Amino acid sequence: MVLNQLLASLTDGLLLGFVYGLAAMGLSLIWGVMCVINLAHGSVIALGMFGTYLLFSQTAWNPYLALLAVAVVGFLTGTAIYGAAVHRVINAPHLSSLLATFAVNMIFIGLGTAIFTTSPRNLDYSLGSLQIGAVIFPVTRLIAAMAAILLTVALYLFLFFSRPGKAIRAVANNRTAAELMGIPTSLVLASSFGLGTMLAAVAGGLIATFFPFTILSGGPYELKSFVICVLGGLGNPLGALLGGLLLGGLEGLIPTFMPVSWVPTVEFVLFVLVLVLRPTGLLGAR
Amino acid sequence: MTLWRRPGLWIPLILVFLWGLLILVSGLDSMREVTFTLMMFATLAASLNILLGYTGYVSFGHIVFFGLGGYTGFYLLSQRGWPLSLAAVSGGLLSAAVAGLLGLAVLRLRGAYFALATIGINEAARAFISNFSPFGGATGLFVNFSYYQSYGGAGRALWLTFISLWLTILLVTVVSYGVKHSRFGLGLMAIREDEDAALVMGVKAPQAKTIAFVISAFFPGIVGTLYFFKNGNVEPGDAFQLHMSIETLVMIMLGGQGTVSGPLLGAVTYQGLRGYLLTSPLFKSLHLAIAGLVLLLIVLFLPAGAIGWLRQRFQGLRRFLE
Amino acid sequence: MILEVKDVTKLFGGLQALNHVSFTLPEGQILGLIGPNGAGKTTLFNVINGVFPPDQGRVTLRGEDITGLPPYEVARRGLARTYQVVRPLADLTVLENVMVGSCFGRHCYSLHQAAQVAREVLQQVGLVRHSALPAGSLNVAEKKRLELARAVAAQPYLLLLDEVLAGLNPSEIAAMLDTIRRIRDTGVTIIMIEHVMQAVMNISERILVLDYGQIIADGSPQEVANNLAVIEAYLGDPKLAARLLTG
Repeated sequence: MVLNQLLASLTDGLLLGFVYGLAAMGLSLIWGVMCVINLAHGSVIALGMFGTYLLFSQTAWNPYLALLAVAVVGFLTGTAIYGAAVHRVINAPHLSSLLATFAVNMIFIGLGTAIFTTSPRNLDYSLGSLQIGAVIFPVTRLIAAMAAILLTVALYLFLFFSRPGKAIRAVANNRTAAELMGIPTSLVLASSFGLGTMLAAVAGGLIATFFPFTILSGGPYELKSFVICVLGGLGNPLGALLGGLLLGGLEGLIPTFMPVSWVPTVEFVLFVLVLVLRPTGLLGAR
Repeated sequence: MTLWRRPGLWIPLILVFLWGLLILVSGLDSMREVTFTLMMFATLAASLNILLGYTGYVSFGHIVFFGLGGYTGFYLLSQRGWPLSLAAVSGGLLSAAVAGLLGLAVLRLRGAYFALATIGINEAARAFISNFSPFGGATGLFVNFSYYQSYGGAGRALWLTFISLWLTILLVTVVSYGVKHSRFGLGLMAIREDEDAALVMGVKAPQAKTIAFVISAFFPGIVGTLYFFKNGNVEPGDAFQLHMSIETLVMIMLGGQGTVSGPLLGAVTYQGLRGYLLTSPLFKSLHLAIAGLVLLLIVLFLPAGAIGWLRQRFQGLRRFLE
Repeated sequence: MILEVKDVTKLFGGLQALNHVSFTLPEGQILGLIGPNGAGKTTLFNVINGVFPPDQGRVTLRGEDITGLPPYEVARRGLARTYQVVRPLADLTVLENVMVGSCFGRHCYSLHQAAQVAREVLQQVGLVRHSALPAGSLNVAEKKRLELARAVAAQPYLLLLDEVLAGLNPSEIAAMLDTIRRIRDTGVTIIMIEHVMQAVMNISERILVLDYGQIIADGSPQEVANNLAVIEAYLGDPKLAARLLTG
């Protein structure tokens, strides 16, 4: 009985972990390519939630179709953020880019609060549940996990086997050298920012299919993304998925050993410890 | 050198002194409340500036010292019956001690890694305090209204906190100036510009950074105790608000990082702007977005902040604006 | 002996950057350290002044073992260095830059004393009229002088100069050499890494040649310039040696 419970909560955590990983991947990609910590990450996740929600509730689109639209808009928003807020401070000290992205965060949250208020929303959509052994999951969460895996694979293939992907990695490696080789670095940086933003928005949309949310809901996911990035190695998008699984697994397991309110304590202590002792991440290369 | 030859110190000092005196003489409760908030943020910004502006380490966790010190001070006041002054200083000392311990580990990280770690520390502290039963767990601690009788009633108690905060902001101004114009401060600024080069020139960076962190953590501990004493309660959600840390950073940027008076000016300006936006019916719901836009414009086009810009633009002002 | 380097070995991954390097240096000399790019010259500096601890071997400064001490401890014992790529503290003024050197160098000067020393040194290197400018606004030659001034202001016993002549034009080189000689005449021992061969051959009393992390020659400029191993590894052209020594 205890084992069943453990299995159920662990699976639950792992399924969620895939989505955490996807959200963190956006942050990690941006960090990896341009050494910018995107503090607008949380608000982008929230906008992804609202985008999916609005398309579903106003135009009755299927939520997964809505996600495609959210992805496109997310990419464009990301490139716009880069152009408006990040490009000018890309070579300035860290504080500048941190504050610039935080300013974008304030603008998004401010506009979002003005338009949507902070009352909770709920995407009224269900595909039923699936029972495997003694464990029952909502199908929406299974789909979310699968989408996260698919996107990770797609991102991997894109980064390592496509021309633009190689350009992104070249810029991440050495921006000046890449520029000298004739790679249009500004364009690459803008599209990387777009890609990172897109991943965050899609993750938000997926979360919206099974959890209620407000315009402020992105915040906790942003914090989790930081933890995941550090676990998986900052700047390593594939590590992010594993970091997400690790975090999801922990969230599933910890409540069986101690009160659930201790979960964040454990998470953040672990986060600081990993940062201090192994800044390349638990799963990081090198 | 004598004081009058140091206008960079006495100009802000006299202004802050007169400001407090004016409120004290006016005796208006509403003025006192507004000024308390302004001075609170000004003290937080000025203390963070010692780490951020002089040493170049971006901390998103400054508020953790406000929370931890505030909790400690409030615990000593409410559960142990300590007098306000002693409790506030103890809160400050605890924050400083925690910073000393954390600093040895965390200050090895540089740049964005350090910034991330401070976010983690803030969240870990909040989560821990929420579960820490001596501090009341998630509900926190509070005092009854009758508690203030020992201070001669709530009104007297509020004026007492105001005066304490006024003294604290004067002290932080002196300390900030003192650090900037000391051998120690020169070492910090060398670290800010190029830590490796500073090490090679003989700056004991690990120790210097930790001391800067300790000094900057002391003041939020005092401010936290005063703030929660004034409110009559403390809870995790109020004590460790990440966005307060970030607002403090914004104030420093606005006024000018690495200057003595910049953070004070920035805090007053930011709070003033926010107060205006919040009370103006037109901007009420958009205040956050507008504040964000203002911040973005400053970061992009005026990165040295107001005081920094004035110093660059008018060299003659350098002696007077520090 | 002011400096003894004994059997120092440093590995980076599998690469042997320094291979059992040993030499001693008496007081008051200018020692030229030459060798092809990647020979380990800057790594040797980094090991001597504590940026990296050596994997093996000892470094002794004025009779005291300083192996593995952090750079700031080494600096306080009277060793200063400049960087190959200048590293001015850009937002501080020129005077403040030099004051950092004197404040945290061999003597723990107060700010007031440090400012005095700094002014004297700035006079010496010819930067005194730029004292109040931010260091970031200087041109390359001035930055090189600032780098030197910062190191000299520490009033070290031993000064490590990493390519202070690189990027300077001939008249600037002559002026810099003059400054270096004057620093030597105040009793400071100097090791300089240099690629400007003619200059280093002229100014040094002794030359050390490093190749693939090993010392392949050690002697007077004449001896080194005529050493076959050196010519093969580095100079390439036997006639070049003659020209260098006469030039």
